[in-house]
Amino acid sequence: MAPQGGEVAPRRELALIVNGRPAVARIEPRELLLDFLRNRLGLTGAKRSCDVQVCGACTVLVDDRPVSACCFLAYEARGRQVTTIEGLAEAGHLHPLQEAFIEHGAIQCGFCTPGMILTALTLLREVPTPSPDQVRTYLKGSLCRCTGYWKIIDAVVDAGRRMARAEAARR
Amino acid sequence: MLRPFEIHEPTSIAEASRLLADHGEDAAVYAGGTELILVMKEGLAHFRHLVDIKTIPGLETIAYDGAVLRLGALATHRAIERSAVVGRHAPLLASVASQVANPRVRNVGTLGGNLCFAEPHSDLGTLCVAWDAVIVLARDGEERSVPADRFFTGVLETVREPDEVLVRVELRPFGPGTGGAYQRFAMHERPTAGVAAVVATRGGVIQHGRIAIGSVGPMPVRASEAEAMLAGAPLRDEALREAAKAVGRHAEVMDDLYGSAAYKRHVLTVLAARALREAVACAREEDA
Repeated sequence: MAPQGGEVAPRRELALIVNGRPAVARIEPRELLLDFLRNRLGLTGAKRSCDVQVCGACTVLVDDRPVSACCFLAYEARGRQVTTIEGLAEAGHLHPLQEAFIEHGAIQCGFCTPGMILTALTLLREVPTPSPDQVRTYLKGSLCRCTGYWKIIDAVVDAGRRMARAEAARR
Repeated sequence: MLRPFEIHEPTSIAEASRLLADHGEDAAVYAGGTELILVMKEGLAHFRHLVDIKTIPGLETIAYDGAVLRLGALATHRAIERSAVVGRHAPLLASVASQVANPRVRNVGTLGGNLCFAEPHSDLGTLCVAWDAVIVLARDGEERSVPADRFFTGVLETVREPDEVLVRVELRPFGPGTGGAYQRFAMHERPTAGVAAVVATRGGVIQHGRIAIGSVGPMPVRASEAEAMLAGAPLRDEALREAAKAVGRHAEVMDDLYGSAAYKRHVLTVLAARALREAVACAREEDA
């Protein structure tokens, strides 16, 4: 898109890692991470929804922490690791959280799902087997207009248990 | 879409201050950006120069020197929530930081940004006012300290000069016999009303209580009538209840989308009673 009113800002190089792969682009400082991921890299898992960092549909992880990509400058991701929902499956196998969401019917229209799963993933890294209440509190800023949340909470609790069991079995 | 801007990356306060002075009203301090990028996106404000203070080393440091807890302006809500130093010396601050907005905002948003933006519905602003926090502003080679209750001057307005940078917030942990609490009511990301209370007690008497109310008016303010009632009052629930009523009665309250003035006044009274009781309970624990 052409800048408004003939204003221009110098472009700068952005080098980062997205889903484990290096990405480089020349960007304007005003470019949002969400647009960078969707428009330049074709990673459309993160959605534009409320656009004011309230709903969580645009959630991606930057250095393993959730951010609202709709209000986060791509510039801020320089030299950092970005993970989108597209980066969760390994070698064709869905992540246990993705499997649990499918099995529990925690997906209806699917629009909030990428953000829900990435946010839940960061919770499980801090609290491996959370209670339903802990899930509810942590996901308070992630909105779903279909499911009524119960199945999402069940899925996250169950995924935590499964991942903890798998981890224990590996030891 | 955002209108174009340039990002400057100063490596010292002096350089940041010079950039802010040079570009005047066309420049804004850029920290976490959770508030700034939002208003720029919405077209409510535009700055052609963002001065990114995250390139200045050391501004995120959290440290306690045995008397004063110093929180660097760039400490994120998450860093404060999880800091062992804060958890040990100012657990109330950690608890309030953990309630800000949502995990995404807490990962990115900073203490300094929250205070400087002066959005009226800030939890941390209210807490800082009740706690008698000191806000330290700096420009090229000089610093000045501002008590939190003189920092905010209106909606989105503070005493910070355009070329000043908030560098840190200083808090004194509660001593023996002193306790604090923060109570809020929030249906959405930002609270409808918040009350912070710090109560100092000795031998069954309230020495003094500091109460701040937030989210109901243009900025967090002290509830001075209620504070006057607490000073020297016996440590009984009746005294707390009466003071809480005074908080609601004397508060200057605005109608907004979070509720009518009458409703907020009622909520303030309820929250003030809860905050005072909790603060007193903490004071007793500290005493024990």
